[in-house]
Amino acid sequence: MTTTTLTSYRVAVREALREAMHRDERVFLMGEDVGAYGGSFGVSLGLLEELGPERVRDTPLSEAAFVGAGIGAAIGGMRPVVEVMTVNFSLLALDQILNNAATLLHMSGGQVNVPLVVRMTTGGGRQLAAQHSHSLEGWYAAIPGLTVLAPATVADARGMLWPALLDPDPVLIFEHGGLYNVEEPLADDAGPVDITRAAVRRPGTDVTLIAYGGTLSVALAAADLLADDGVDAEVVDLRVLRPLDDETVVGSVRRTHRAVVVDEGWRTGSLAAEVSARITEQAFYDLDAPVQRVCSVEVPMPYARDLEQAALPQPGRVVDAVRAVVG
Amino acid sequence: MLREMLRVRRFEERCVELYSAQRIRGFMHLYVGEEAVAVGVCDALDPQDAVVSTYREHGHALARGMPMESLMAEMFGKVTGCSRGRGGSMHLFDVARRFYGGNAIVGGGLPLAVGLALADRMRGQTRVTTCFFGDGAVAEGVFHESMNLAALWRLPVLFVCENNLYAMGTALARHQAQTDLALRAAGYGMVSWAVDGMDVDAVASAARRAVALVRSGTGPCFLEMRTYRFRAHSMYDSDRYRDKAEVEAWKQRDPLPALALRLRADGSLDDETWQAMEAEVAREVDAAVEAAEAAPTEPVEDLTRFVRSESAPS
Repeated sequence: MTTTTLTSYRVAVREALREAMHRDERVFLMGEDVGAYGGSFGVSLGLLEELGPERVRDTPLSEAAFVGAGIGAAIGGMRPVVEVMTVNFSLLALDQILNNAATLLHMSGGQVNVPLVVRMTTGGGRQLAAQHSHSLEGWYAAIPGLTVLAPATVADARGMLWPALLDPDPVLIFEHGGLYNVEEPLADDAGPVDITRAAVRRPGTDVTLIAYGGTLSVALAAADLLADDGVDAEVVDLRVLRPLDDETVVGSVRRTHRAVVVDEGWRTGSLAAEVSARITEQAFYDLDAPVQRVCSVEVPMPYARDLEQAALPQPGRVVDAVRAVVG
Repeated sequence: MLREMLRVRRFEERCVELYSAQRIRGFMHLYVGEEAVAVGVCDALDPQDAVVSTYREHGHALARGMPMESLMAEMFGKVTGCSRGRGGSMHLFDVARRFYGGNAIVGGGLPLAVGLALADRMRGQTRVTTCFFGDGAVAEGVFHESMNLAALWRLPVLFVCENNLYAMGTALARHQAQTDLALRAAGYGMVSWAVDGMDVDAVASAARRAVALVRSGTGPCFLEMRTYRFRAHSMYDSDRYRDKAEVEAWKQRDPLPALALRLRADGSLDDETWQAMEAEVAREVDAAVEAAEAAPTEPVEDLTRFVRSESAPS
């Protein structure tokens, strides 16, 4: 019988890194403060002592150079895992991610693979204000050539890294900053997970709530509130933001006939917009109501707690959106 | 090396004709005048060394040993091109020869070279990664980040700055606070010096010294090649930003006749050899054009190939 241990999301990511570095000597971790400091979110604590400074590399504050060097090292036969402190800082490396990592394979006619994994923190809710709180993973999910993952559970945080490292092409993993302290029971023999499919986290019949990363808990909380009112919500966790698993999403909507997408990105041009469009394209005649979106309010994220909470998707707003479609 | 420079020169001259005839499209940046740099540097490299280049890379690609046919076919957008017609003039790749582009973002190849060198170091290889870039790249933030990282980690990178005095149409003195570029690199604690980029012997000997130094494990090296492009930045450029007299003065230092003259003087080149070389290169160019004309294009059904690898993750 499989035993489980209550494990935090932070420890799950750390164990995935530790396992990967022990399994494959080509795997190494680099980024700002990943070594001596133990990771700005404590993810890599202890790994420097265990694996040494060659495998756990502190970098200068040079996002373009160390992400680009990760791309070069991947081309050169290594399996780098690059940690970028937050998605906001990743914009300094956007040139390397878009113009090189995502592009080299195609531009070279299939010659240059980039087996790179980039991990970064995303999301708000911790009163870190506008330059540390945005959810820009939807932008990356718009880029052909990338795979974009968003682990929302401890099991996914544990299991997504290894298959990402086996992928011959670049994979970005977005870890929501609000999840690191979340603890869930994790099987002691937890291994890799499927990084191609979305997952139904809560079955239901009346409406499909589609969420990912930091908004999965928001959708699940909303589903609990709705259950009290006799509305049976299904919750789908996208897990993979690119390529999107239309089959799971559209399959669920065909059963429930209603959909609400919950996305911490800004509404305009959001991933939620893409999901909504796909549902409309593929399941329009199955819908009993227009697809609704609950996104972040279109402001740079404020510091003050009440303002920040008002900007972010909350269970109450999801419940209101569901009421509008369930009638 | 004379023959290599001649191949680059004649290849590009034919490219100009084909561009005017609209057989080659897109942006095309010519290397005419700078041939001594690519040829001299590549002469100092071993086959296992890597090269990272820019959008002005025809010379680097040929000097690195890429077949002229695969280059010409790429210019034509044909499936037999080195990048299967997906790259064009600015994105030539040949992984078998460790030639990693063809990067059209100014400075975009610098961190890639740092990473390739890092991989070599971590895998215990004694290979050198050579990174070509222009004086314009020195103004990019990623230049400074890459210099710092390479020097900090003592990585085996040979940085070759082709200082042709113009970043597109902006003269060096109008875009750099410090125009002594070798001095800039020295600020990162790496060995650096300036070389006459119009003299292929000087380039080759500097490159050999630098490659030996880098291979010995002391860290990166920086060579500032003082060179000049005789033609405009690209085929779209009307070249209004510089004096005709300045161009003419530099043409007096054309590296190709300069080397031929030296070889004649020491008796290792005569008219017959020179003419035979010209004829052989002309035949190579003709053959490349003929093959490119005859080659098929990639079927449009294959448009979305190579966005992701065909071997899916397990």
